[in-house]
Amino acid sequence: MSTATPTASDMPEYHVIETPHHDGADHHHETGTMLGFWIYLMSDCLIFGVLFAVYAVVGQNYAAGPSPADLFELDMILVSTFMLLFSSITYGFAVINMQQRKTAMFVLWMLVTLGFGLGFLGLEVKEFTHLWHLGATPSASAFLSAFFTLVGTHGLHVTFGAIWLVVLLIQVGLHGLTPENQRRVMCLSLFWHFLDLIWIGVFSFVYLTGVLL
Amino acid sequence: MATDLTHLPAVHTDVHPFFGKLTWQSIPIQEPVILVTFIGVAIIGAAVLYLLTKYKWWGYLWSEWFTSIDHKKIGIMYMVLGFIMFVRGFADALLMRSQQVLASMGFEGYLVPHHYDQIFTAHGVIMIFFAAMPFVTGFMNYVMPLQIGARDVAFPFLNNLSFWLTVSGAVLIMMSLFIGEFSTNGWLAYPPLSGLEYSPSVGMDYYLWALNIAGIGTTLSGINLVVTIVKMRCPGMTYMRMPIFTWTTLCTNILIVASFPVLAATLALITADRYIGTQFFNAELGGNPMMYVNLIWIWGHPEVYILILPIFGIFSEVVSTYSGKRLFGYTSMVYATCVIMVLSYLVWLHHFFTMGAGASVNSFFGITTMIISIPTGAKLFNWLFTMYKGRIRFELPMMWTIAFMLTFTIGGMTGVLLAVPPADYVLHNSLFLIAHFHNVIIGGVVFGVFAGVTHWFPKAFGFKLDPYWGKLSFWGWIIGFYLAFMPLYLLGLMGVTRRLSQFEDTIYAGYFITAAIGALFIAGGIAAFFIQLYVSIRDRDTDRLRDVTGDPWDGRTLEWSTSSPPAYYNFAFTPRVHGIDTYADMKRHGYQRPTDGFAPIHMPKYTASGVVIAGLLTVMGFGLIWHIWWMASGGFAAAILWAIGHTFNYNRDYYVPADEVRATELARGPRMEPAE
Amino acid sequence: MSSLRSRILSVSSLVISALLLSGCDLLLLNPSGDVAAQQGNLIIYSTILMLIVILPVMALTVFFAWKYRASNRDATYEPEWDHSISLEIVVWSLPLAIIICLGGLTWVATHRLNPYNDLARIAPGVPVAEDVEPLTIQVVALDWKWLFIYPEQGIAMVNEAAAITDRPVEFKLTSSTVMNSFYIPALAGMIYTMPGMETEMNAVMNEDGTYDGFASNYSGLGYNWMRFKFYTTDEAGFDAWVDKVRAEGDVLDRDAFVALDQPSMQHPVTPYAEVEDGLWTRILNQCVSDDALCMNDMMMVDALGGGGLEGLYNRELFRGICTADDPRALIEILRPQDAHREAALMSAIEGTPPLPPKSTTSSQTTTGPEGH
Repeated sequence: MSTATPTASDMPEYHVIETPHHDGADHHHETGTMLGFWIYLMSDCLIFGVLFAVYAVVGQNYAAGPSPADLFELDMILVSTFMLLFSSITYGFAVINMQQRKTAMFVLWMLVTLGFGLGFLGLEVKEFTHLWHLGATPSASAFLSAFFTLVGTHGLHVTFGAIWLVVLLIQVGLHGLTPENQRRVMCLSLFWHFLDLIWIGVFSFVYLTGVLL
Repeated sequence: MATDLTHLPAVHTDVHPFFGKLTWQSIPIQEPVILVTFIGVAIIGAAVLYLLTKYKWWGYLWSEWFTSIDHKKIGIMYMVLGFIMFVRGFADALLMRSQQVLASMGFEGYLVPHHYDQIFTAHGVIMIFFAAMPFVTGFMNYVMPLQIGARDVAFPFLNNLSFWLTVSGAVLIMMSLFIGEFSTNGWLAYPPLSGLEYSPSVGMDYYLWALNIAGIGTTLSGINLVVTIVKMRCPGMTYMRMPIFTWTTLCTNILIVASFPVLAATLALITADRYIGTQFFNAELGGNPMMYVNLIWIWGHPEVYILILPIFGIFSEVVSTYSGKRLFGYTSMVYATCVIMVLSYLVWLHHFFTMGAGASVNSFFGITTMIISIPTGAKLFNWLFTMYKGRIRFELPMMWTIAFMLTFTIGGMTGVLLAVPPADYVLHNSLFLIAHFHNVIIGGVVFGVFAGVTHWFPKAFGFKLDPYWGKLSFWGWIIGFYLAFMPLYLLGLMGVTRRLSQFEDTIYAGYFITAAIGALFIAGGIAAFFIQLYVSIRDRDTDRLRDVTGDPWDGRTLEWSTSSPPAYYNFAFTPRVHGIDTYADMKRHGYQRPTDGFAPIHMPKYTASGVVIAGLLTVMGFGLIWHIWWMASGGFAAAILWAIGHTFNYNRDYYVPADEVRATELARGPRMEPAE
Repeated sequence: MSSLRSRILSVSSLVISALLLSGCDLLLLNPSGDVAAQQGNLIIYSTILMLIVILPVMALTVFFAWKYRASNRDATYEPEWDHSISLEIVVWSLPLAIIICLGGLTWVATHRLNPYNDLARIAPGVPVAEDVEPLTIQVVALDWKWLFIYPEQGIAMVNEAAAITDRPVEFKLTSSTVMNSFYIPALAGMIYTMPGMETEMNAVMNEDGTYDGFASNYSGLGYNWMRFKFYTTDEAGFDAWVDKVRAEGDVLDRDAFVALDQPSMQHPVTPYAEVEDGLWTRILNQCVSDDALCMNDMMMVDALGGGGLEGLYNRELFRGICTADDPRALIEILRPQDAHREAALMSAIEGTPPLPPKSTTSSQTTTGPEGH
């Protein structure tokens, strides 16, 4: 660098002298992905925030129709809640196995997670069809609109997470637990735990307070 | 007068399994205005296609631009999109001005309300979402990575996808001109008017899907740029050493990330009301239309600052550069920007003081609104004292800045006036309000865009813009703006409200004629700008315009330390920063770009996925608008599958060999000159 | 350059003459009603207050731009000067001072001019006499015309209204269609009208005359023509107007209202000599036609915990619950499982009004449909 600047020996260094094998960009990229995904989750959280707020505003406007106490079956919801909670734990096991480089165990725990996720979705579909048969459709009242939208949006997220999980398993099968795949596993992990967190909000705010209060 | 309800386009409730609601009647050839427009667009479109094909530019455009993930090219494409849509939005403005002239003189005019209502809706939507937003996003994309010494943004592919999603929204809006119709509900589409009962046509659906799709793009771009600033600043560039434009970019993108999801959710709710019959905004079954108004403005007010903050950044760069002086009060500028960012969330209710809120609520939101003018005022003073004891060169960007400082103050004052609730009771929805927000958006955003374009054009293309035509454009805009909008202030004070296309009496004619003359001056200004582009491209190799130094304006920040235009990797060596105004510092020390010691550079590869996914989502949007369900689900499924397929591509980057870097750098012309 | 300048001159002289020719009657700054006059004065005061800081800034901008132009080599040039604590204090405190004044003014004026408040005065220095009750006018925004109901006089009028000079008027506002806004610029500022909600505005007109009133919030196709005349005269003149309406008008019953509710543009001025009892409440509660459950009944049921599954199919069950003699019995029939909450429910019925439609900000002040 000093060869390029014949004058001023007191001149500060104005650029980084890059060695041929120094690879700063990759490192930047990786940390950037996790931060970016966090920010995405926060923006997603805002969408849920709006849906929660809407539920708070119109959630007791039953239009002279059914209220949560008339509709929700807490037992079934409790089962599905635990399915989702367990799926978070099993995802944690998968991550531990990934860090220990046990690919087979990783895949196994991921499949268990997937199973719980699909079980949760199945119960949600069952609940929705049940409500639909009763005539409690999203167009019956503002409360039901807000309920179906909030819970349904969460369900769509879980569906998306399940598809992502399958895709990721294929990619791990193809390339193994490469750094790039590990990063993806960690992103999905954030996503999956985030959905769990949202569901705890839904469960306590919509189901528990709806039925018990 | 057009007072019968029978001439409206029929609303088809029966949905064909293959064509949805689409029939031959959907193409409005019976409307002469639209027919003429269509013929014009068809001729121009055919000419463009012919030229592209004749000169075999398709391949070039595809491989060098459309699939590019270079932030500089994406930034330029945003600007091109912005200008195209700006011309469309301005054409709408001319139609409205001329209709109001005719109506105020006692004629019926040539635009029936059903058509006029679409025009003012399209004007608002296009100017905010598809002109102003692409402009600021374009600047942020092009300039910010250069200012922080980065080689690209954090997620280059996502950047390309964001751009094409914005294009997708713009394409849907343009389609509505010739297939079906556009929304007639104003740019924010308050329910119940925008609900299925009162707006059964496809116009509202065009609005919703265009904004839904473009909004995803904006949010992704916001995430991308925040991460870029947080993670990719070059060594030594602490937060308090970032150029002010980068600071405003950071605050803007935080605002985007924290407000566009609210818009997405709000639009999703009304979309659900229209498509699956939910009752969010139908009071009869427990819904609440006021909830929509609150939600949309919780997004809408930060949006105002999303537009103006980067523009404040541009003016800060310009004022300091052309005054040949450090920016006065850098630290207070940064804090002012952050304060504005936070406060912009606490003022949304001032958009509907008249909706029946009580005195305490109204005065709270009125006063928070006024508080925003404190940091804004501080910024203005800071620009003022930057000029103080400076050596001001009246190049075009500086002229725009002075014009901004004088014009924006008036707009700010009328804005504070509107924040006084009892004053707002009489001024709300009036032409005074229209004059106010055009005063801040034209006097702020548009002037800033022109300042920025003239300022950074030589960086992007290697030659300056012709100053003669630029000055003509400047004066056209200034005179036009004052002629067009000062009468609207007066009309507002006379009690004339917005969105009218017919008037009872003719006492307003003088004002509307003056406003229309102003609009013609602005049209002249726009024409002069395009002539300026043409003349500059024609004369690009003359000494007058060619920039060989990379630093035509005696710039102060890092982007001027590269060649013009910069190499695709921006910097052969990652810069190292020791203070504010790094490049001024470098020049003082006689720093020159190095000529050896190059290392391979890690760069991302171009990809077509962004174009393809956005294209498929456009198809999905069209299918949803026209209830062509097979097309909608097919487009959606294909987009998802393509996105999944894209994740199977692990081979996304490469190294530029050191020899190529050396060759590129040595070919970049003479070294920069030391500062005087 | 000189041609440009002469062009500017000619254009600006054109503008000025155009403004003079058309009279430039700034209605909002010179209105005939006391409320609008106070609002207009507020515009003037606020503007003057802000000009204290705006004008010097604009003048300084021009002066600095001229003084420190690059060609003026006599001016000081200090490229490194970028900070001054004292200047920064001025820069922040000057706008702050103005905003403190303006904020105080805003707080006081907003509370004094709250449209929900009964008027305290009819003109500067003239308080409302103690025996004067405001004239009540119920206003309904329809597609695309205005209906004015006079409950005291028992008459109604479409697209025309009248009031007594110097007697306060209390407008009750709602909409049977989309959101709209009720505005008589010479009288007072505008207030939104919304379906299923009641807003309110108090004002007074101080001069006899014929004034323009109109919809000021875009409401669709017929928005342009949603205009009416507002007359103010002395008491005798008003009585004559009422008599004329009584003499010429038909009866406004529910069927007539349903017919009127159909969209129409440039609707002629239509008098109604008689108004069916309770029509306003039904309009407000969106149950003018027989097949709808009134919103107040619906909200009462919701406040009591909903109508259960049967409410999905048999909403008629709840009709009139708000006006029932013995709501306790009704509840026991309807919601036996809620018996343990009876005390709370009864206080809800007897004491407090039904909950208004909630919104994040406006719920406390926009009153819900009445009727209990």
